[in-house]
Amino acid sequence: MRAGDAVRPRGPAQRVLAANTWAVYVFLYAPILLLIVFSFNDNRIVGVWNTASLRWYREMLDNAAVLNALRNSLIVALASTAVSTVIGTAAALALERFRFPGRRVYDGLVYLPVIIPDVTMAVMMLLFFVEAFVIVQAVLGISPSLGIPTITLSHIAFNISFVAIVVRARLAGLDPALEEAAADLYASRWQAFRRVTLPLIMPGVLGGALLALTLSLDDVVVTSFVAGPGSTTLPVYVFGLVRRGVTPLINAVSTVMLVASMLLVLGSLLIQRRSPDRA
Amino acid sequence: MASTVSTPPTGTPASGEAVDPALERAAERAAARRGALLALPGFVYLGLFFAVPLAIVFVYSFATRSSTGRTILGEWSLRSYGRLFDPLVGGIAWRSLWIAALATAICLLVGYPFAYFIATRSPRVRGLLLVGVMIPFWSNFLVRTYAWRLLLGSDGPLSQLTDLAGLGPSRLLFTPTAVLIGLVYGFLPFMVLPLYAAIERMDFGLVEAARDLYASGWKAFRHVTWPLSRPGVVAGSILVFIPSLGAYVTPEILGGSRTTMLGSFIVRQFLSARDWPFGSSLSFVVMAVMLLATMVYFRVGGKTL
Amino acid sequence: MRNRLTILLVALAMAAAACAGERGSDTAAGGGEDGGATGDGETGGGDADADGGETGDGDCADGDTDGDLVLYNWSDYIDPELLEAFSQEHGVSVTEDFYPSNEEMLAKVQGGASGYDIVVPSDYMVGIMIGEGLLAELDRDALPNADNVDEEFSDPPFDPGSVYSMPYQWGTTGLGVDLEVVGEDAPHSWALLFDPEVTADYQGRMSMLDDPREAMAAALAYLGHDINTTSEDELGEAADLIAETSDRLAAFDSNLYGDLLMSGETAVAHGYSGTFFAAFDEADDPDRYTYVIPEEGGVKWVDTIAILADAPHPCTAHTFINFILDAENGAALTNWTYYASPNAAAEEFIVEDILEDPAIYPPEEVLAELEFLRDTGDAEILYNDLFTRAKS
Repeated sequence: MRAGDAVRPRGPAQRVLAANTWAVYVFLYAPILLLIVFSFNDNRIVGVWNTASLRWYREMLDNAAVLNALRNSLIVALASTAVSTVIGTAAALALERFRFPGRRVYDGLVYLPVIIPDVTMAVMMLLFFVEAFVIVQAVLGISPSLGIPTITLSHIAFNISFVAIVVRARLAGLDPALEEAAADLYASRWQAFRRVTLPLIMPGVLGGALLALTLSLDDVVVTSFVAGPGSTTLPVYVFGLVRRGVTPLINAVSTVMLVASMLLVLGSLLIQRRSPDRA
Repeated sequence: MASTVSTPPTGTPASGEAVDPALERAAERAAARRGALLALPGFVYLGLFFAVPLAIVFVYSFATRSSTGRTILGEWSLRSYGRLFDPLVGGIAWRSLWIAALATAICLLVGYPFAYFIATRSPRVRGLLLVGVMIPFWSNFLVRTYAWRLLLGSDGPLSQLTDLAGLGPSRLLFTPTAVLIGLVYGFLPFMVLPLYAAIERMDFGLVEAARDLYASGWKAFRHVTWPLSRPGVVAGSILVFIPSLGAYVTPEILGGSRTTMLGSFIVRQFLSARDWPFGSSLSFVVMAVMLLATMVYFRVGGKTL
Repeated sequence: MRNRLTILLVALAMAAAACAGERGSDTAAGGGEDGGATGDGETGGGDADADGGETGDGDCADGDTDGDLVLYNWSDYIDPELLEAFSQEHGVSVTEDFYPSNEEMLAKVQGGASGYDIVVPSDYMVGIMIGEGLLAELDRDALPNADNVDEEFSDPPFDPGSVYSMPYQWGTTGLGVDLEVVGEDAPHSWALLFDPEVTADYQGRMSMLDDPREAMAAALAYLGHDINTTSEDELGEAADLIAETSDRLAAFDSNLYGDLLMSGETAVAHGYSGTFFAAFDEADDPDRYTYVIPEEGGVKWVDTIAILADAPHPCTAHTFINFILDAENGAALTNWTYYASPNAAAEEFIVEDILEDPAIYPPEEVLAELEFLRDTGDAEILYNDLFTRAKS
């Protein structure tokens, strides 16, 4: 743990690094601050300050469509992040650590969802699900429809790739000897993986999961194509709303989401502090 | 966690030292089996929910557009591929490449020292700083982008700042610079996360040794830190470059839609022109070029960047 | 190794082509009027639509319901209280989903299996959707309130005889103007956008709709051409005009152009009537802004309410349309959206300010110059390409 301290640059280099870091945080949070401020603005026009009010927060609580969209967004984001993190990590391990038949094809397949333009993916997922429904109906006799499951399935498809890429960046430089040693040390492969490999790649896995969560929470195009009745997510709702210029309402929703996620992070930090010796 | 890394394991069976070749082959086969098993869920999933849908649009790219904008399957042609040679497409592609490359370079320049700084904090602070990068992105993308509109506007804080500095009001909104700022803002985490993952796992003992070995910190960085973090650089650049190329909301909102990029152009084909064959063929060519470039970049970048 | 990737792709493609090919030949055999090749003749309602349009719908009577209503609408385009009222009155629940543009709605519905009962397409899109067989014929027996519709909208060019659609709201496309910058004597003309002499005072502070048809229509009207022209020369001329103007524009924007105008970022904005009124309503000094319908003519539009061919609940959908066409409900719609109502009977319930506003209800002579946008077939591609080229 102390190793980290040893390689911290010293002197002016350290100061430049620190300055850059704080500059980046200012850059990241400047628009966020602005959107929070305007969520308390009484005016419908964002950017023209009237008086402070809770108008948009009240409207948010009264607006069943917004709350429903928020709920859908969270369900899809959490579910797709969980599944894609597991599959994506396995994919990264397979690609980085093993040779197996079809590895190169798999390699390409994992990159394609990152490369494909949004709309193209949206159109093809819609066409695919419609075809698939016909087959499912013919074979199983049940008639599925578009909705939260199809949105989640599509999100997983692109999230797997993002997770895999981030985890691979982590794995690429790790010494495989470590894991081999662990394999000798522990009784089972699974134990070796759990005790050695997983902790080693954890920062990559977490990074990938964070990225997946973010992508899922923000996706508009793919979602709107594969959504069915009643499964509108927040970004899709917002996308339609800006046409009529009602963004302060969304500012309010965003502010609530920001505050909630900050509380969540703080909470988990506190829990971590309580349980001894986690670091 | 770093301490785990620096404890060297003992008794590792170094591969290939006077081991029975039959045993070795068996071990190899076992490894291949395990690898395939690990790959299987992703392979099945992406095969079913990505490759098959992709094949459908591939077929569409050879179809024709009826005069009402319907896609006629059954009248196959290469017409939509022919349209790719229109100079309009070339111009848009060139501009997109430029902007995406610039955005990637800036993200790397800013993101690398940033990720390095985070990775060298104590574990608890690290986690906090990292999540701090992501929190802004759990608000809504459109609302964030519209907030940038205010920041960059002619009455915005940036303009007032330059005015105070005696440079006169600046108007960045609706310029290519605004698009660039928006892209960097939107994709910086895509650069930071893999960089962090790569830097954090470095054997800092090595860096320390390099410090002692080389006269300057810069040399130590150039010869040890940078090569060790390269996988993160490669992954991060790809995650920034490719989505930048396909971005269309940012150019529309911050560029006033005057900086048409490939992303917007493809969207237009699918929606307002209702020319699905052309949209499909365009996507396919872009994807093929990108996939090829990515593969080459990984091969080359992994070794000699 | 790369060969393997190719083989895999080709194999998958051929599998898909096999299924698709079948469909393609169906399409060819079915002639022009079938239910959308991009979508799907085979999914549920696709097959049913031909029969359903004639026989199935005939079963619906006034006030019938056959399940909960699923509505696919523009965001913020109906007073939630109206939905609540409908729900109470008929004992069904209403699910509302939203789309940001006609094109996105079309792409989605064309895919098939959307599960929606009702859509709210604009004029030209109604024409396209009828052509694609996506809309169901309306059953007049279930729509007694159809008589409330203003004569002017009862036989629109995009849907002769209103067989498939009922008008929902209408409005115009024009210019939002900041009088403080442009001056009280601003001409009611597209020159506010296109004439370099007129625009000299507010160079770089104008916005145009980021929509090929709307933007080109403005230029075509200014040049004195038909806004639905397919003449390459006229379109080229219009594109040149836009290209020339592009340098003097702040942005092409179809979303928050109202906000840009109100925050002083722009002084003249090209956009839809109702958006401006909603924005002006929030201003400290509403008299500072005005909405202009240029005298050269331009676009009038009407959004309609229609039932999808594969709607799961056609009877509830009919009942809902009848509910919207009711005089008081039609007025409630307009009082909430600031768009004009095509419902003649609703007028007595509409707020006077709206009714007397010439920008919302333009006088006859202005209205006479306005036209609906129509689908131009193959020329749509030309519109798109020329516009993309002109923008940058």
